[in-house]
Amino acid sequence: MSRILLLQGNQAVVEGAIAAGCKFFGGYPITPSTEIAEDLAKKLPKVGGKFIQMEDEIASIGAVIGASLAGKKVMTATSGPGFSLKQELLGYACMAEIPIVIANVQRVGPSTGQPTSPSQGDIMQARWGTHGDHWLIALTPGSVPECFDLTIRAYALSEKYRVPVILLLDEVIGHMREKIELPDNYDEIPQPERKQPTCKPEDFKAYATDDSLVPAMPPFGSGYRWHVTGLVHDETGFPKGTPEATVESTNRLHDKLYNNLDDIVEVENFQMDDAEYAIVAFGGAARAVYEAVNMARAEGIKVGLVRPITIWPFAEKQMKALAAKVKHIMVHELNYGQYVEEVQRVVAGKVPVTSYGVYNNEPATPDELLAKIKETFK
Amino acid sequence: MSMEKLIDTYFRPGRLPHIWCPGCGHGVVTGCMVKAIDKLGLTKDEVAVVSGIGCSSRASGYLDFNTVHSAHGRAIPVATGLKLAAPKLTVLVVTGDGDAAAIGGNHLIHAARRNIDLTVVLYNNSIYGMTGGQYSPMTPLHAKATTAPYGTIERDFNIAELVKAAGATFVARSTTFHAQMTTDLIAKGIAHKGFSLIEVVSACPTSYGRQNKMGGPADMMKWQRDHGVPMVAYDKLSDEDKLVKFPIGLLYEVVGAQEYTDAYEELIIAAKGGK
Repeated sequence: MSRILLLQGNQAVVEGAIAAGCKFFGGYPITPSTEIAEDLAKKLPKVGGKFIQMEDEIASIGAVIGASLAGKKVMTATSGPGFSLKQELLGYACMAEIPIVIANVQRVGPSTGQPTSPSQGDIMQARWGTHGDHWLIALTPGSVPECFDLTIRAYALSEKYRVPVILLLDEVIGHMREKIELPDNYDEIPQPERKQPTCKPEDFKAYATDDSLVPAMPPFGSGYRWHVTGLVHDETGFPKGTPEATVESTNRLHDKLYNNLDDIVEVENFQMDDAEYAIVAFGGAARAVYEAVNMARAEGIKVGLVRPITIWPFAEKQMKALAAKVKHIMVHELNYGQYVEEVQRVVAGKVPVTSYGVYNNEPATPDELLAKIKETFK
Repeated sequence: MSMEKLIDTYFRPGRLPHIWCPGCGHGVVTGCMVKAIDKLGLTKDEVAVVSGIGCSSRASGYLDFNTVHSAHGRAIPVATGLKLAAPKLTVLVVTGDGDAAAIGGNHLIHAARRNIDLTVVLYNNSIYGMTGGQYSPMTPLHAKATTAPYGTIERDFNIAELVKAAGATFVARSTTFHAQMTTDLIAKGIAHKGFSLIEVVSACPTSYGRQNKMGGPADMMKWQRDHGVPMVAYDKLSDEDKLVKFPIGLLYEVVGAQEYTDAYEELIIAAKGGK
């Protein structure tokens, strides 16, 4: 049985988290993500979970890292400025391979910017906000129902690959209310399980891996005692700073994700079968593109939409294939132009890649997009 | 248990020798910590040690418990999440004066305010040792540091008073000279239900003592002996003496205050409609 609700994207993230088995949230209030904290404060205790409002953004990601070590599925939520504050520990979670889910409901920046206005200005921050070579996963829901589905998927990926997963919403998606059909209870939702060691505790090496390159992760208190550190470490988990250990560790953190791009990277195509032109757009920016594509097609312009659902790792294979198919690509995003640079890098001049960045606090309308389509694809 | 036996039991095989300099007091504090754990009869599986970054925080890697060497200043938030998610674990925080009082200062006062059942062992060597001798918020006024070549003009925190004001329910101070007292206070702090902080004055001959002409390691231990005064005796000192000496022992304790993870269990029952 299911129920039909009218929910905000932020609330759908909460439902997705509960459905996926999230049992711990550490957060700090920040517009436009606060509803996630408010709803989880109410709902987590009812399912035996814990909510804590920490003293700052850094502490809230610290607390979720600690709770993840206890074996819980965890979440924190924030927006641009808070996301910046979380970056050091985000890197820690990449290095120590601690599964955490972070929702970043983007707003206009830099700095305080426009707290209640939509933006997609954290595309590069999500990828490169923390220091050093690192790899992680970021997903961008484009509707309220997709907020639910992708939150569940975020847990599945985070637990499977032992990596932080960022849910990169924008204010449009976070605050928009939309119809959503949810199951009456979440018992049928598959619960991702963290890989557990099969050896005896005394033989356990915390970061030893099999072909998956993902180490097992027993919870603290289980009898498998291990050491967690942000220092470069070898398979024992203890610091080892040799050139060889550093290269091995760096390569594995990369390969455990990049060997599995087909599992991780998701892209939606709309009206692309016979398309001669493509708009690449995601999240809130993509919403008006569907209609604009239909309007342009009514005027005889064969255009389609390519919507990355996984923003990071970059959909390199899909963008290369796109460059072989269409005559011109326009990247539409709610910023001055960030994702477009990655598209340009991969397309490497094979076809023109132009940017339609919108940064006036308002998402483009279908009419504005149609005008841009006519101007760009002539 | 002899120290040899304690090392065999509670230190990870193959991880020693430690990285601390000759004469450093941190080995003494770490030894006192395992003695306290041994005294309480806790199993290694039920203990977690979370540290930050700095000389003190390297202790977690040597100890055969569930251990985290977290980020600079962030041991307390990580420990808070761990304790709240797994209340049955005994969670100790190993931190230093820079880690706890400067970059992690906000977390320290808020953990104290929540009265969450963490035992914070603050290794106070009065300096940033790992980076080579910069002043911390607990470097005494006028002491020298590489970033205070003319003597620091910043007044130092009295960390015990700070966490007491913030709501800590167990506050103690000791030194590495008073090792037996340190062990007892850490054991009491662990047994205490609520937020406890034990500050242990530890000698850093290399980065603090040398800059401040305090002599060798033995001289610094003698300084601890001569300046750390049990609470009762300290109260009777002249105002002049009080300025140069410091009280040691159990400084403050509140028994029976509600502990945070206990309160949360009650909240869950209430949220589920249980009362």
